[in-house]
Amino acid sequence: MMYEVTFVAASGLAIVSALGVVLPSNPFHSALSLILNLVSLATLYLLLQADFLAAAQVIVYAGAVMIMFLFVIAYLGGRADEPRRDVPAWQLGASIIAAAAIVVEIVIAVASQAFGPAAKVSDQFGNPSVVGQAFFSTYLLAFEATSILLLVAAVGGVVLGSKRPSRRIDEPDEFPTPEVQQDLELQAAVMGAETGFPVSRRAAAAERGGGDR
Amino acid sequence: MKVGVEYFIAVSAIVFGIGLFGVFTRRSPLILLLSVELMLNACNLALISFSRQWGTQTGQIFALVVMGIAASEVVIGLGLVVAVARRKGNLDVDRLATLRN
Repeated sequence: MMYEVTFVAASGLAIVSALGVVLPSNPFHSALSLILNLVSLATLYLLLQADFLAAAQVIVYAGAVMIMFLFVIAYLGGRADEPRRDVPAWQLGASIIAAAAIVVEIVIAVASQAFGPAAKVSDQFGNPSVVGQAFFSTYLLAFEATSILLLVAAVGGVVLGSKRPSRRIDEPDEFPTPEVQQDLELQAAVMGAETGFPVSRRAAAAERGGGDR
Repeated sequence: MKVGVEYFIAVSAIVFGIGLFGVFTRRSPLILLLSVELMLNACNLALISFSRQWGTQTGQIFALVVMGIAASEVVIGLGLVVAVARRKGNLDVDRLATLRN
């Protein structure tokens, strides 16, 4: 009986908090709702005897990842808010239909299967030592690949977040300061006069007989 | 009421659908990232419920790997959001069309 009550409470909370992620226009509220959602999903993991994953979910996700999210939202301040613009009605309707279609498809696909009762497992199922043993022996390659992925992501985060932005293409270089610019134009004019070829704009203007500006 | 794997999959599908709705309708890249997190977690729930159903550890290992992928996706996504915000001021995924044309 306790199992059913816990399931209903946790899954109801998960669905309500998922709506709380999607609907508010303030990203801070969304992030807080996502923490609630992650915790209720961790409760469902516990019901499925995935003890280690429930702990990892709370520590890694609800702890570390969401803290990073909240830091970024706080850093961006007002810029993080949703741009005020109405979503067109067709987009709203189409996305509701698409999302509902996926849900209905999965529910039909699952309901048409006759799943027997869950497999009998020992009490050890899903505890850290068993998961760790499987992870470091059978699935060692997946573990190593994940660690390399995390390393690459950390380096990428540092590169993307570093203070020195790369130069924009559409911003002109500020290298020729006015004085240097004058020198350059003088040189160009001399070259133009020597070769008879209008190198600079000023020389070209002189060539056309307009004289100096 | 006997809570079988079907109920867990149904909850996972509903949460996934809500996340999908968020990705389709929202404009702020931060809420987009949060919705993607929602979808990844719904997948994790499905993996773990099937792992329990068949009594094997593989689904849990999968879920752990998905957690790692989600964490790195958040790092890169937030880095991009911060870089874009520094450069452009306001954040709107519909306006980020620099690569077009």
